[in-house]
Amino acid sequence: MTLGITGKVWVFGDDLNTDAMYPAFAMKMDPAEAARHIFYEVRPGWTDQVSAGDIVVAGKNFGLGSSRPVAALFTELGVAGLVAEEFNSLFFRNAVNAGLPAMTIPDATTIFSEGDIGAFDVSTGEWRNETTGASGSVPKLPDLILEIIASGGVLPRLAAQGYLPAELGDVLRSSTVAIRGAGSGA
Amino acid sequence: MSMTVIEKIFARKAGVDTVSAGETVVVDVDMTVLIDLQFATMWLEPLRIHDPDKLAIVMDHAVPAPTIKDAAGGPHARKFAADFGIERFYDVGRHGICHQVIAENGLARPGEILACTDSHTCAAGAYNTAARGLGPAEVYSIMCTGSTWFQVAPTIRYQLEGVKPDTVSGKDIFLHIANEYGDAANLNLEFGGSGLASIPMHDRRTIATQGAEVSADFSTFEPDEVLTSFLDERGVTGYDIAAPDPDAAYREVRHVDLAALEPYVARPGTVSRNGLPVSQMGKQKIDQAFIGSCANGQLEDLEIAADVLRGKTVAAGVRLLVTPASQAVFREAMRLGYLQDIADAGAVITNSTCGACFGYHMGVVGPGEVCLTSSTRNFTGRMGSPEAQIFMASPATVAASAITGYITDARSVTR
Repeated sequence: MTLGITGKVWVFGDDLNTDAMYPAFAMKMDPAEAARHIFYEVRPGWTDQVSAGDIVVAGKNFGLGSSRPVAALFTELGVAGLVAEEFNSLFFRNAVNAGLPAMTIPDATTIFSEGDIGAFDVSTGEWRNETTGASGSVPKLPDLILEIIASGGVLPRLAAQGYLPAELGDVLRSSTVAIRGAGSGA
Repeated sequence: MSMTVIEKIFARKAGVDTVSAGETVVVDVDMTVLIDLQFATMWLEPLRIHDPDKLAIVMDHAVPAPTIKDAAGGPHARKFAADFGIERFYDVGRHGICHQVIAENGLARPGEILACTDSHTCAAGAYNTAARGLGPAEVYSIMCTGSTWFQVAPTIRYQLEGVKPDTVSGKDIFLHIANEYGDAANLNLEFGGSGLASIPMHDRRTIATQGAEVSADFSTFEPDEVLTSFLDERGVTGYDIAAPDPDAAYREVRHVDLAALEPYVARPGTVSRNGLPVSQMGKQKIDQAFIGSCANGQLEDLEIAADVLRGKTVAAGVRLLVTPASQAVFREAMRLGYLQDIADAGAVITNSTCGACFGYHMGVVGPGEVCLTSSTRNFTGRMGSPEAQIFMASPATVAASAITGYITDARSVTR
């Protein structure tokens, strides 16, 4: 999993909670179908517009709510990373543990407009808006968190450490497998 | 160096002398709790786990199974428990909402760390435990390795003062705090002070549970005699409490005058800066009333509901759903007659499960409906249709409102 990502950004607002991204009724569905319901109420149709490699930029308190594996659900859509002005810590951890790069940039929704190309490197904390030329940096994440992201999430690490069959290591780097293997939270 | 409750527990479990905000620590986890939802997709059985005695499995969110997918998870859980000799397996019939089961069985102990796959795991902060919800993959990892990492957040100290009036519950205290101070993302909450003695354990658990709704990391109470007596009665011994140091460093200390509080209600969408005293609420009609969840399905919550409802009748056009937080709570509430009083008033009493609070089964609300809930979340779409409105209040307020048909201050209903 790469720690540096570049892609088209989609900009969202503050206080997007997990019920807005992974509603309870979608938890009855297969993850691929459930992923079609991300932002089903706040931005209907978005899941048809987003493309593989795109990046989601949100405002304050991103991901308030449940432990259900919403970050992994974003990877089902091909989203390459999450950026927010402020993450709920459970949501941030879920991204890390799904191997999804996540970066906190305090004024992200001012720096980035929808459709801009953004480049983010969580290993250095550096970011750049390729469309406007703006750039900057934020404190780099601790190495132990970077290692989990670089491993493709926590489940491939467990395969490497002998807690899961070693032959599953590669397949577990796919969140579509990992999200099924450890099930859901709430 | 002086430490807060959370810093003290982290230091202990990381094997270091001191811990302070801003650090990242790797800690041993004392108890890890899996829930039914983890078993309902594919469930990869691990080759080995850290320690079966530090693991529990609780069937709670979707029981009895509402879908074939959920039903398929049951055998996975049973096989896993049998294969690894996990004795703390709370299968359907001896189950309950995990945070209630954790409390009833002494799984949350003062000064220790507890991890569970539900975001309301901060509930166990009432017992001076560093407890928080983590994602399913991380809990799976802790089950295997016995440890995890935390970034130590700054702590907000709530200094509780005065004496809580009998008509004010833990829910009201929480709704007041959430309305007054708003969100606390990437912050810990610590509750203590001279007023703590007037807040019973069930109210503390409501408050600790709802730290999740203001986005806090950990939500923990300092230990006192009310807590240690509670644990003594349940045979929980051999723990090492974590009291905050008098000169611990806090981001902010907020004083709450308990005597000045009254019943509160939160408007739909969020509890943050979105509430008001019930006494100031206009005439708001309701369609569904709910009392349940890890926050408010405790025995004392059902006692309060029974006291309000006894001899009364739920208003025409309103349905009142009551869900005991565990099978043990259900049985005790039945033995004490609370369920009889509640059912006689016209309420539907359900089996113990997360149920209507989870919005997954048993009591979802339809488009245009108004629900008044004594549970955990009032987010849009949380309990069913995104076109429904969810107000939140205490069990007393919900019970009184079910009788009148509109949001009502329980102090105005004669008992």
